[in-house]
Amino acid sequence: MKHTISVIVENKPGVLHRVSGLFSRRGFNIESLAVGPTEDPNISRMTIEVEGDEQTLEQITKQLYKQIDILRVFDLPAEQSVQRELCLIKVHANEKTRGEITQIVDIFKARIVDVSEDSLVIEISAEKEKVESIQKLLEKFGIQELVRTGKIALQRGTTE
Amino acid sequence: MELTGAEALLESLKHEGVDLVFGYPGGQILPTYDALYKEKAIRHILTRHEQGAAHAADGYARVSGKVGVCIATSGPGATNLITGLATAYMDSIPMVAITGQVATTLLGKDSFQEADVTGITQPITKHNYLVRKAEDVPRVVKEAFHIARSGRPGPVLIDITRDAQSQKIKFKYPDKIDLPGYKPTLKGHPRQIKAAAKMISIAHKPVIYAGGGVILSGAAKELLELAEKAKLPVTTTIMGKGAFPETHPLALHMLGMHGTAYANYAVQECDVLVAIGARFDDRVTGHIARFAPNAKIIHIDIDPAEIGKNVRVDVPIVGDVKHVLKELIEAVESEGEKHRPWIDQINEWKNKYPLSYKKDESLKPQFVVEMIHEVTKGEAIICTEVGQNQMWAAQFFKFTKPRTWISSGGLGTMGYGFPAAIGAQFARPEATIFDIAGDGSIQMNIQEMATAVNNKLPIKIAVLNNSYLGMVRQWQELLYEHRYSQTDISDNPDLVKIAEAYGAAGMRITSAEEVKRALEEALKIKDRPVLMDFIVAKEENVFPFVPPGQAINEMLID
Repeated sequence: MKHTISVIVENKPGVLHRVSGLFSRRGFNIESLAVGPTEDPNISRMTIEVEGDEQTLEQITKQLYKQIDILRVFDLPAEQSVQRELCLIKVHANEKTRGEITQIVDIFKARIVDVSEDSLVIEISAEKEKVESIQKLLEKFGIQELVRTGKIALQRGTTE
Repeated sequence: MELTGAEALLESLKHEGVDLVFGYPGGQILPTYDALYKEKAIRHILTRHEQGAAHAADGYARVSGKVGVCIATSGPGATNLITGLATAYMDSIPMVAITGQVATTLLGKDSFQEADVTGITQPITKHNYLVRKAEDVPRVVKEAFHIARSGRPGPVLIDITRDAQSQKIKFKYPDKIDLPGYKPTLKGHPRQIKAAAKMISIAHKPVIYAGGGVILSGAAKELLELAEKAKLPVTTTIMGKGAFPETHPLALHMLGMHGTAYANYAVQECDVLVAIGARFDDRVTGHIARFAPNAKIIHIDIDPAEIGKNVRVDVPIVGDVKHVLKELIEAVESEGEKHRPWIDQINEWKNKYPLSYKKDESLKPQFVVEMIHEVTKGEAIICTEVGQNQMWAAQFFKFTKPRTWISSGGLGTMGYGFPAAIGAQFARPEATIFDIAGDGSIQMNIQEMATAVNNKLPIKIAVLNNSYLGMVRQWQELLYEHRYSQTDISDNPDLVKIAEAYGAAGMRITSAEEVKRALEEALKIKDRPVLMDFIVAKEENVFPFVPPGQAINEMLID
């Protein structure tokens, strides 16, 4: 089962290495990892998608807590959180296909952010499943390059 | 007070109560050694290899209960500490290692003797620091000692760039520590303690399984009190030796791969297993799914990540062992004869399957250990190397006090015992210190003989010399049809001559009759180490032996 966990860390050198090293040496699988600053410049937030059962998730959480620079670790169940991923897709496009691609982009509430003779760059920010659907639909036109940020997530409602 | 970073480092160490460090100088740690040159309050012991310094600091910590400190230079100096750090990390030993690093302007440029030491040591330290500015030194030292000795102890490494050692700062030692991400839980949850007491009270076949956490937490007295009050038999892990007197009627001695048959049978039969400061290591559990199959498990540990890591636990209690045991002693009922049938059963096993070995005209390694126990009246600190020597020492010396058994349990580091014995002797100058060694492992850090001789340390090295890498040979005999691949070391040098070349005393003992007198002679030597080369039966095996992958009651007894 996939879990999304939020890891609040002190913004110190080496902290990403500590987290990624912990995952690799204990054999936990990272599906995606996104990291960036938060409202407090001394604190960063990692959103990590992991694969594993409840017991694995518990071990991951406890092992992360043992790291001195890690302040908080919590699970973000899909139904209680807003989860998003940003994806940029450079897709092959010509006069014949451009219209159909634009339609797909509109349906998915994505955006075209760059246009050239034979390609378009599409930006989509959505839940993971939606990102994967648009990617699938665009495949037939020929995807030249694609980049995803990995999932980020916030708990819904009031923060204690 | 204006000080250089190096002076600030020493000043900070003094604030932490450090008066002894083990180390080896080099280019990038020169400013610190220059400051040490005029420092009166800190004694520096020069080892002959950085690994020796790390193990000596570790042995010092295990015997004294204080934080051990070692110092090395950048690059190869620091990488030579790695085995020592990993050893301390696996056994949760409080240590601070200080390493020099190239100047900040040279960092990341593959400079001479540069290594990414914080990167390399990240998985084998509790925490580590790269210090690039002198002003950070006092805070980092304070945090490092706090982290090393509190919670579940462990080694902390401080890597200091050369320029940070030389810059001048206004020195002020901080009074407070600000580590928002580090708050170890000391007190156990009262409801869980109550639940544990209840579970113990309804048990018919209870067993305590005690580990190194009891010793680290200073809770041997509490363990004894709990065992006696609730009439609980106690088995210990290799790290738990000394946490419970092995002469006590409730003592089951060590469990696991080379544990006693009666400890292993008792654990497999028990209905309640109380794990205290132990971590269900594979050498303890054998086949994990078939470990203690009938038992409800209570697990007391300061490290929440240990609970549920290897086995399912019925009553977890996160907290410091001493704190938790004090409350558990209050909460459990005083038992009289309720466990009598269980204790009788255990005593029957003890009578039927005692630790033993076949006595014949050859010199048996087990006999040497028994004689060390007899001649010292059990009043010695026993350090060991790793392999058969370690297991025979664990089985045939009876430990009654904490911090008298000094051995690399988790990492199983050959070459640990002798430098650890040096640290042990500095921690307890008046004590009799033995290193029970094999002829393989003693050669892994033999260079520390110079350290021991120069400091006039009367360490007794008892080499159980069988001309083999004995434990590996045993596995080859029992599991690989006698194919002794690369384990014959009968081309060893003359260890007596090596000892003498260093200025230590050397003795060779070839028969059982000579053992007692040789040990008595050795004990009389007070001004230098003595190496006793016991030429023992070559193909003696350690029994009981639980073959890998078997349940712990499926052991070969002899």
